[in-house]
Amino acid sequence: MVYLTRLEHFNAAHKLYNPNWTPEKNEAMFGKCANENWHGHNYDLFVTIKGQVNEDTGFLFDVKKLSELIKVHVLEKLDHKNLNIDVDFMRGKMCSTENLAKAIWEQLAPHLPEEVKLHCIKLYETARIYVEYFGE
Amino acid sequence: MQKKVSVFRHEHFNAAHRLYNPAWTDEKNDAVFGKCNNPSFHGHNYELVVKVTGVPDAATGYVMDLKMLSDLIHREVHDRFDHKNLNLDTEEFKNINPTAENIAIVIYELLRPHIDADKEMQIRLYETPRNFVEYPA
Repeated sequence: MVYLTRLEHFNAAHKLYNPNWTPEKNEAMFGKCANENWHGHNYDLFVTIKGQVNEDTGFLFDVKKLSELIKVHVLEKLDHKNLNIDVDFMRGKMCSTENLAKAIWEQLAPHLPEEVKLHCIKLYETARIYVEYFGE
Repeated sequence: MQKKVSVFRHEHFNAAHRLYNPAWTDEKNDAVFGKCNNPSFHGHNYELVVKVTGVPDAATGYVMDLKMLSDLIHREVHDRFDHKNLNLDTEEFKNINPTAENIAIVIYELLRPHIDADKEMQIRLYETPRNFVEYPA
């Protein structure tokens, strides 16, 4: 088994805000992350896949194809966007880093060939905060 | 000869913004600013480096107390811009496009009155790890 990781970047605006709560409760729970007019981040995304090396190519998976899948299904939907407003696959969800990592997994997993498995979505919201999701 | 030394303080904040010139049509804004013109905003983790240059004080050995510089940046920059929308939430960018260039100039102007006149100051601002600006140039 070999693990292969592709690193990508995007930036976006968001806020942490539960519409079922009062503004006061949101403020108490999410603090400045609940700022009504949004704030934003530079996100670093690590996509790790796993599988056996193909004897003919020496590849687990063509990284150019992986890059294209991430670009089409993730980056073009997220980069320079407002996560709460502009992104179809985040609609109705809290735009936390945890939920975003899970949603990115759901975006990518169906598009990988049978012999390649998604292993981990690692998503940095800041240089000091990141989450990992293994599909469990 | 008096030896000059530069001291640096590195801070960070994050914010939403949009690049948009209200004097232009939407088409022209799109043509010039591309996806940075998204009407519902996007955002960045900004990394700020403040450089102060001068002769170390004979008594303390300091060019400037870096704890004081850190407190100053928190008060003047962090409290204004962190977790804010630069276009909507700040006085400073009501009429100025919040490009990295303009943010660096604004931060310089906010900090400069609080730094000793005999010290030089320079702002380096990273909008992304790959895009950064310096002021004064």
